[in-house]
Amino acid sequence: MTTPNPADAGSGEVVAAASVEPTATRSLPWGNGKRGRGDRLFHGLSEGSGVLIVVLIAAIGVFLLVRAIPALARDKENFFTYGGNWVTTNTSAMHFGIFDLLQVTVFAALFALILAMPVALGIAIFLAQYSPRRITGPLAYLVDLLAAVPSIIYGVWGLYVLAPRLRPIATWLNEHLGWFFLFATGNASVSGGGTIFTAGIVLAVMILPIITAVTREVFIKTPQSHIEAALALGATRWEVVKTTVLPFGRSGYISGAMLGLGRALGETVALLIILRGTQAAFGWSLFDGGYTFATKIAATASEFNNQYKAGAYIAAGLVLFLLTFVVNAMARAAVAGKDTR
Amino acid sequence: MTSILDRPLKARTFTALSLRRRLANAIATVLVTLSVAVALIPLVWVLYSVVAKGLNAVRSSEWWTHSQADMTAFLPGGGAYHAIVGTVMQGLVCAIISIPVGIFVAIYLVEYGGDTPLGKLATFAVDILTGVPSIVAALFIYALCIATLGFPRSGFAVSLALVLLMLPVIVRATEEMLRIVPADLREASFALGVPKWKTITRIVLPAGLSGIITGVMLALARVMGETAPLLILVGYSQAMNFDMFTGFMGSLPGMMYDQTSAGAGANPIPTDRLWGAALTLILLIAVINVAARVGVKVFAPETLGRSFSG
Repeated sequence: MTTPNPADAGSGEVVAAASVEPTATRSLPWGNGKRGRGDRLFHGLSEGSGVLIVVLIAAIGVFLLVRAIPALARDKENFFTYGGNWVTTNTSAMHFGIFDLLQVTVFAALFALILAMPVALGIAIFLAQYSPRRITGPLAYLVDLLAAVPSIIYGVWGLYVLAPRLRPIATWLNEHLGWFFLFATGNASVSGGGTIFTAGIVLAVMILPIITAVTREVFIKTPQSHIEAALALGATRWEVVKTTVLPFGRSGYISGAMLGLGRALGETVALLIILRGTQAAFGWSLFDGGYTFATKIAATASEFNNQYKAGAYIAAGLVLFLLTFVVNAMARAAVAGKDTR
Repeated sequence: MTSILDRPLKARTFTALSLRRRLANAIATVLVTLSVAVALIPLVWVLYSVVAKGLNAVRSSEWWTHSQADMTAFLPGGGAYHAIVGTVMQGLVCAIISIPVGIFVAIYLVEYGGDTPLGKLATFAVDILTGVPSIVAALFIYALCIATLGFPRSGFAVSLALVLLMLPVIVRATEEMLRIVPADLREASFALGVPKWKTITRIVLPAGLSGIITGVMLALARVMGETAPLLILVGYSQAMNFDMFTGFMGSLPGMMYDQTSAGAGANPIPTDRLWGAALTLILLIAVINVAARVGVKVFAPETLGRSFSG
């Protein structure tokens, strides 16, 4: 077809006529058409892996539950309110319950969280706003290194190195503030160091890098315009942080703290080494010993010899699984709420 | 009466910050700087303790070549060879299982089904798995392999439990790397008629390889120090055992835990062994971390330009 001269009569018709749209042909190899064998195999493998990980989570819940039920059926005590000594040798009349485990676990984790949260906030603010750019990377790396140290090393450090150094502080607190329930003489020796006091400090060090990393990640996303606006109004550096970074990053901080709490609740071997196991009841003192869920399971694990005995501990493990699940879900929810706002 | 407009315009003199504001600023600066110091004290202290106390045991050549077979807490000598072998073998078997699965899950989430119901479910599953305490992972493997399927306790069961802990880390690291590979690269490849799976294996994965390697190495370093699965799923053996499927097996965390119950702290022989094993474990993890950094340098995608490397 020749292009009509626009000056000629009737040329407008040609221009006005609907041009023929070329029909789109799908040439993409993964469209509706045939896919090669390699593509199908690859898609299948990756989809299979996705399914596998979902199945794994379901399996964790199901297997723990299935293994726990026979033991729970033989429990002569109320599983949730019995806090005394576990008797699992006589499988026809078992006595076990999680009341004390739950208290010790939550108490130690919360103590660690209270110690770690302000420090983590300080580090995150420092790394996001204060530190010279040149040392930000190395400093963040050093804080992350805290997470790379295995928990058993924290455990032996806590018991053999830290605890003797804490002894004067612990005895001073016990002597002078002993009237307050947190510092009352507990069921473990104050000078021995195998207390929640030592364990909580070690736990705080262990969860510090997690809280810091999550918080810092949100803090550095504070819009530059907010910071500049605050500076333009004459805010000091601290006022910039207070008026822009903190409100913006609060959800990240909460989320990081929750993730840290989840880690603290499930921590096993550091606490197993530090905490003195005791049969005495837990009394909400920092100078108590005792067992958390994880240490109770780990301390007895090598003696699992029948399904009922194992089942009792698996039931405790299931509660721990659900507990950490809820805490982690809260952490995700804190961040998810931020995104939609 | 003069209105405000009649007065000559004069710039306000700059008023100094009030004392309260300056004080608050100074205090805040001190506090945030202090918190960094507070975090670094335990790091330095832990590493210093381990090196100072562990050096004694590690210095002997016997440490690297002998096991603790026939040793007691009152007989000096022996080494950590059995424990190093055990830890490395358990870590490697775990890595062999988790690396392909983890990378495939990440590929599925990024390249295939991130928005499908299954994709969302898988993301959720990875989130949960990230938070699963190691003791729960170990209990699950106990309930599945030992209580239900009837296998004996073994190093392999430990590896399986470690897979649960390593998998989410690998998925997250890989996912993150795949997401920053620019879509242009994929589209250019598709435009040339390259099938999708070849695009992924030849273009996308190599572009993100350095980050994936870092993630894998860091995950490996983390699981090698895990102790909870060892306590539940395998007994500690003082002697060599290369068999992943039968018998007790030594490992560095297992050796450390064994020494704490053998009287470390009071008796110098287990104390030396305890800190020696701790130092060996730290060295092993340091080597892996350094390898991760070297891996990043070697596999950095130079040929693909620097547009997304920063």
